[in-house]
Amino acid sequence: MRDSVGNLVRLRLVYLARLREAFSSAGERLELAPHDAPTVAAVVATLRARGGAFESELAPGRAVRFAVNQRLVRADHPIADGDEVAIFPPVTGG
Amino acid sequence: MPVRVQSDDFDGGAEIAKLRTADRSVGAVVAFIGTVRDLNDDAAISELTLEHYPGMTESALQEIVDEAKARFDIRDALVVHRVGALAPGDQIVLVVVTGAHRGMAFDACEFVMDYLKTRAPFWKKERREDGERWVEARASDDEAAARW
Repeated sequence: MRDSVGNLVRLRLVYLARLREAFSSAGERLELAPHDAPTVAAVVATLRARGGAFESELAPGRAVRFAVNQRLVRADHPIADGDEVAIFPPVTGG
Repeated sequence: MPVRVQSDDFDGGAEIAKLRTADRSVGAVVAFIGTVRDLNDDAAISELTLEHYPGMTESALQEIVDEAKARFDIRDALVVHRVGALAPGDQIVLVVVTGAHRGMAFDACEFVMDYLKTRAPFWKKERREDGERWVEARASDDEAAARW
């Protein structure tokens, strides 16, 4: 049975390439506020609320990609306690 | 190992030889090598640095190779991608596909490159006369990947 205040979600965030430079950080631990069905979008909203580079780089319309536990996902992908969530610009290899 | 991420250069001829001589049913070998250009958007490039996401990169490449093998009637596929600081003229990426016949091998090689350019976690940073700049993804790469 789901707890009425939601489940505790502790994440490891990874920032790569341009976003690592813009945030002056390669990553951090983040505890998400209790949330019923947390998704990557909830992480983005939490970061955006900090303002500054987080707000501008993750603004709606900016091209940002996500991976959960090292697999490419969309923003509506669910996340769970212990997940690694990577946030990065569109890839440019090859 | 069908996929490798490394800072060292690679020898395309040796990689091709390893892949094709191990399998006598191979009648076609298609290879693609991507290299560093000295010019991008009319600006001179002195250095290109490739960053990646250790932990995800090899599994993402392996997934692309597995997908190519599932979609096309090929014998084997190899991807080698370099990371770190590269100079104009340096090799960046090698894709080799072997098959019984050329048609599927050509298609699979293009498929692997199109998917790699939109799904493998690599990022390029250019050094120009006026400083460093992250390379922006191109819409044409998304369009190329959407063909498949």
